[in-house]
Amino acid sequence: MSNQHHSQESHDHGSVKSYTTGLILSIILTVIPFGLVMTGALSAMTTLAAIMIMAVVQIVVQVVYFLHLNEGSGPRWNMISLWFTILIVGIVVVGSVWIMFHLNHNLMVGM
Amino acid sequence: MFGKLSIEAVPYHEPIVMVVLAVAAVMGLGVVAAITYFKKWGYLWKEWITSVDHKRLGVMYILVAIVMLIRGFSDAIMMRSQQAIASGGAEGYLPPEHYDQIFTAHGVIMIFFMAMPFMVGLMNIAVPLQIGARDVAFPFLNSLSFWLTVAGVILVNVSLGVGEFAATGWLAYPPLSDIQYSPGVGVDYWIWSLQISGIGTLLTGVNFFVTILKMRAPGMTLMKMPMFTWTALCTNVLIITAFPILTVTIALLTLDRYIGTHFFTNDMGGNQMMYVNLIWAWGHPEVYILVLPAFGIFAEVVATYCKKRLFGYTSMVYATVAITVLSFIVWLHHFFTMGAGANVNSFFGIATMIIAIPTGVKIFNWLFTMYEGRVQFTVPMAWTLGFLITFTIGGMTGVLLAVPGADYVLHNSLFLIAHFHNVIIGGVVFGYLAGFTYWFPKVFGFKLDEKLGKASAWCWIVGFFTAFMPLYALGFMGMTRRLNSYDNPDWHFPLIIAAIGALIIACGIACQLLQLFVSIKNRHQNIDETGDPWGGRTLEWSIPSPAPFYNFAHTPVVEERDAFWHMKEKGISEQKPAEYQDIHMPKNTSAGFFIGIIASVFGFALIWHIWWLAIVSAIGIFVTMVLRTFNDDIDYYVPAAEVERIESQRYQKLSNQA
Repeated sequence: MSNQHHSQESHDHGSVKSYTTGLILSIILTVIPFGLVMTGALSAMTTLAAIMIMAVVQIVVQVVYFLHLNEGSGPRWNMISLWFTILIVGIVVVGSVWIMFHLNHNLMVGM
Repeated sequence: MFGKLSIEAVPYHEPIVMVVLAVAAVMGLGVVAAITYFKKWGYLWKEWITSVDHKRLGVMYILVAIVMLIRGFSDAIMMRSQQAIASGGAEGYLPPEHYDQIFTAHGVIMIFFMAMPFMVGLMNIAVPLQIGARDVAFPFLNSLSFWLTVAGVILVNVSLGVGEFAATGWLAYPPLSDIQYSPGVGVDYWIWSLQISGIGTLLTGVNFFVTILKMRAPGMTLMKMPMFTWTALCTNVLIITAFPILTVTIALLTLDRYIGTHFFTNDMGGNQMMYVNLIWAWGHPEVYILVLPAFGIFAEVVATYCKKRLFGYTSMVYATVAITVLSFIVWLHHFFTMGAGANVNSFFGIATMIIAIPTGVKIFNWLFTMYEGRVQFTVPMAWTLGFLITFTIGGMTGVLLAVPGADYVLHNSLFLIAHFHNVIIGGVVFGYLAGFTYWFPKVFGFKLDEKLGKASAWCWIVGFFTAFMPLYALGFMGMTRRLNSYDNPDWHFPLIIAAIGALIIACGIACQLLQLFVSIKNRHQNIDETGDPWGGRTLEWSIPSPAPFYNFAHTPVVEERDAFWHMKEKGISEQKPAEYQDIHMPKNTSAGFFIGIIASVFGFALIWHIWWLAIVSAIGIFVTMVLRTFNDDIDYYVPAAEVERIESQRYQKLSNQA
């Protein structure tokens, strides 16, 4: 058990308001792409782009409202963790897209 | 009412399974009877099951790992004996659908329910002690993690007697794992045991990450951390980043199986190659999650028993961090042959070869630590020497497999099987067993028997080479993995040698168990009075053995790397503090235990489509969580007088000896 346990309580753990705002924004950002897909209002490429943009915006919303990484003067470790996470997510996403593109190119001939 | 579950789910027509179940039932009843006879239920409940003490949780993790090692190894023996018999068209004694479940269970159990709990157990025991902390950052979360792991273990073992286990191979590739080709409950057992225990692992990752960053003793900067703590830190970073990929991938497969989505099917726009891609984006970091702590253990062991500080500490840290990052850019080497083409394959092939460089740095660091050191040939040293040779060979066959052209010949052959057992047994298992022997006295207060420990190490090392070198050759002879029977007579002889090797390893495991038994019996002869049985260098050896429940009566102040060694050199290691203070400790709680047990019911209900039970148990988990959240009575203070009483006993002992 940490002997600093109680002193850590002073950190910003957010308020009911910030959590509610985050939740509502996340729901909106999920409902919009779902609606776009279900109604087919836009073209396939535009829908895809819209989904991706909303996804990235939602990541930012969650990081700010749920993980409280908004204060620029936060501990050094917060920023290092954030950048490492971005690096790994970038590697996995870019790598997967690259691999799947090549697989598609090589294996889906004539489709 | 009972979903898909009926009496037909019990495989009573299969004699092998029924005998195993009967033996397990008898042993289980024996344990229950013994606990009842010795009236230990209250003790078990108060001191272990509800405990949030990191050392006790560590012990329980390792106990689970040992039990599952025996289970997973029984699968191995069955496979080796089947292949030794089923030659020239003979069928052997295991029908294909049973054999397929056995190799799947072997892989799943050994990775998820043997290696992972063993690693987490050692981390639990050593990390807080090495950094001078009184517990982990979130003690209740730690207990919850353990019981979620147990929930996964329960589900895997229930699959033996109720229904079936997956017959898909340990990573359950679609389309085979889709509902169309695996309509039974086997894959569902696989899904829920991994999902539930995976959440436990993720929580452990967060817990230890915070512990190492926030709770180090004053003065212990990052570059003064013991090597094992460094590797544990990197492993937890990998857990936090990699396990969500596994969770999401399995969740998508679950949706495919349960509500008919098409993420990984061939039609409706799905793509099963995406599954392979994602599962290995988790799977490769997982390999390093397992092996990095083993590297850390070897570093501690070598420095301690050579009476030298670790050679090239800084390069060791950078090598560890480099491996952490690199482990995320090599995953495609698990599916070179899927057809991504030359550009992609050569990128990932080269990345794979690059990762051998930091690993090589580590090997040389261990060797140079031994060079001109006063090497004491203790049991952990025996494991370390066995590791250095075995792991180097395994690493070299790995670099060979990293050549995409060679991989096209060798993929899915027994060469691959030999390679990864070479690094996992030689690296991970040897490392954990070394750590087990090394930290055992710190937890229990007495040392393990040397002779049987060495016998075990020799059996494992010799047995490993006898069992797996023939598999390399068989790979070149064209034998593929997961064969239930074969008609090529040339393969028969090497497979018999491999089966003999497995028996030698069995002797090694027997020696290990016997060692535990003998050491407990003779514990009074091997007692560790000083708390520093090996002449250790790091903080865990500065406190008595067994470690008191509050670990450190006074938070140590660290000035150098190898903090305890430095204190001994300055002659302040046995200084009695002037006064003691109250110690703030967490209270035990049963919430983790209940959530774990209800989670296993939840998993069972989902596997058998018993929806009402799934809803009831989900509510049960939620309610337990809420009750725990609103419980403010979670901590207490150990009065200074009590601390003084416990500590003075130790100083009494020390002065008696002097």
